[in-house]
Amino acid sequence: MTNAVEIRGLRKSFSDLEVLKGIDLDVAQGEAVVLLGSSGSGKSTLLRCINFMEEPTAGQVRVNGDLIGTEQRGRMRYREADLCKLRTRIGMVFQHFNLFPHMTVLENVMEGQVIVLGRSKAEAKDKAMAQLARVGLEEKAQEYPARLSGGQKQRVAIARALAMDPEVMLFDEVTSALDPELVGEVLKTMLQLAEDGMTMVCVTHEIGFAYHVANKVCFLHDGLIIEQGAPQSVLQTPETQRVREFLAGHSLFKLPN
Amino acid sequence: MHEWDFTATLADMDLLMLGLWNTIQVFFLALAFGIPLGLGLALGRMSRIPVLSQLCSFVIEFFRTTPPLVQLFWFFFALPILISVQMTPFVASVLTFSIQSSAFFAEIFRGGINSIDKGQWEAAKAIGMTRKSSLRRIILPQAVKRMIPAFAERSIELLKTTTLISTVSYADLMFQANELASKTFRPLEVYTVVAIMYFFLILIFSQLTIRLEYRLAKTGEGTLR
Amino acid sequence: MDYNWNFASVFTYWNVLATGLWGTVQLFVICSILGLGGGLVMGMLRYSKSRWISYPAMLYVEVFRNTPVLVQIIWFFFALPVLTGIEISPFMAAILGITLNTIAFSAEVFRGGIQSIEREQWEAGKAIGMSYAQSMRRVILPQALKRMLPPLTSRGIEVFKMSTLASVVAYPETLQQAKLIASYEYNPIEAYTVVALMFFIVLLPLLQLTYLLERRFGKSDA
Repeated sequence: MTNAVEIRGLRKSFSDLEVLKGIDLDVAQGEAVVLLGSSGSGKSTLLRCINFMEEPTAGQVRVNGDLIGTEQRGRMRYREADLCKLRTRIGMVFQHFNLFPHMTVLENVMEGQVIVLGRSKAEAKDKAMAQLARVGLEEKAQEYPARLSGGQKQRVAIARALAMDPEVMLFDEVTSALDPELVGEVLKTMLQLAEDGMTMVCVTHEIGFAYHVANKVCFLHDGLIIEQGAPQSVLQTPETQRVREFLAGHSLFKLPN
Repeated sequence: MHEWDFTATLADMDLLMLGLWNTIQVFFLALAFGIPLGLGLALGRMSRIPVLSQLCSFVIEFFRTTPPLVQLFWFFFALPILISVQMTPFVASVLTFSIQSSAFFAEIFRGGINSIDKGQWEAAKAIGMTRKSSLRRIILPQAVKRMIPAFAERSIELLKTTTLISTVSYADLMFQANELASKTFRPLEVYTVVAIMYFFLILIFSQLTIRLEYRLAKTGEGTLR
Repeated sequence: MDYNWNFASVFTYWNVLATGLWGTVQLFVICSILGLGGGLVMGMLRYSKSRWISYPAMLYVEVFRNTPVLVQIIWFFFALPVLTGIEISPFMAAILGITLNTIAFSAEVFRGGIQSIEREQWEAGKAIGMSYAQSMRRVILPQALKRMLPPLTSRGIEVFKMSTLASVVAYPETLQQAKLIASYEYNPIEAYTVVALMFFIVLLPLLQLTYLLERRFGKSDA
């Protein structure tokens, strides 16, 4: 079976700062991949290159076998229309939710379906309600985002992405802006998605989530993937000093068992 | 001490009311043309096409840095010779104040659009929206609400600036006041009454915009936090 | 459109224009200094905790913001002498109108700037034992002034442009002088184009400065 996402030799520079220095990554169908690494390691940039929120400087990205962009004289060229189309196939959830504050929850989830996919309002509404039910928020459909808690906002954002029937979901530190007691409801929603067989790539600091939910963990350092594999091996028997230090920093104070 | 006597002024109130009506006409026409033109200039300025962006910047900066009275004189005295058309004070006034206020409205639009969180563009992009539909569906509706106070302030400036058209003999409130003052020899009373009329006209207008802002804030997410 | 531009007919009168520019600059300097200084005082009064001070200040600001400057200048020129019996020169009338107007607008800028500083800053000042005056002077004003710089610069540009209104009472500033040239030489196109360009050239650097200040101090000064 073709991989959901296949990345080869991916590089990304911002002016003269090279953030990604040659990334190869495969995400199989239905797989949940977690990207770990300290800030500045390039993990968010890598995630944003998958749906071309950032255009890579070099390298190739395939989504379900389709090469994104066209090659001209050894360089990849990207047309805006192609990228818009690609982004409808990939859902993305952001750290700060980025819900549209001037629309109700329902309108938020319908917007992309109606404006971008051209679905009828009735169909979009049915789909939106189904996805809101999936994240447990169908009773909030008529509320405005300002009246929701952070955790609820993030679940609406997940429903908004799901309503486009994406082939892959990207999660960019989606629990980092939440109060600690609200993190659980969002992680639970993500766990549910993973169990439903959704292909997911997540940037997160929740090591426990990575351990229990991910099929594969990749550790980025200085623009390269320096370790990858099953969570049990990367998180419990890391090979490199860098990963050991990172994990130590994340478990400085542990409750005694 | 001067004896205040308003009878002569109040007897010719219809003259002043006519002037008020003419002022209001120019004001609303200049708004009706100036706001869309301002949006166009703002979008042009933010465009990625360098020539267009520079051209729009130049127009905005030129009309922001030159005095409205000079612009009015130019449009009234110079332009008709240049393109050999008849220019009435009314057309010259509407033309001048539409373009002049559009330069300021453009800056308000740009500020409003820039004030919207980058995440909103990103979220729209992530669901596959083009730049154009992101702007129309997501950014502008939020930006416009935030711009209302600035819009109101600029409109009030415009309303006050319309007094300049009295200098090209358009019968606005100011012009009628000048006429009446020389007719009645009562400048103190006439100009005091006119100042009060402008004051209340502007007060009513600003109260209306405050109410509009309040209404918009109540429906929807509320930009007034 | 085949008009023969003849700028020479304007530039032979360069000394007339120079007199006008000097008149404009005089108005600008006097009105800016008095207007901004008065505005700071008025802004403080407006912010005062006592209603006996803040309400009259508010009334002043509202009256002068909500009436056109031209009406004010004309009122001072034609109406005030009737009331007081003192003749007022065009120069004085223009200064009075523009200055009082500038005081009202800059008072709002000062007040807005002070209010824009988060309450936490006052609390932080209080928490290390500062008095109200100390907090204002050491903590609030230094931050607020930065935020006020762009709108105050814009105000300066407005004052410079407003000076043309003095032409209505025949004070010899730039526009008035151009009118003179245009009526001598029948060259309104060239005369008014030159005046427009003069203002553009003088004020463009100031406008660019406001953009720079906005970028530097405008949104976040973190």
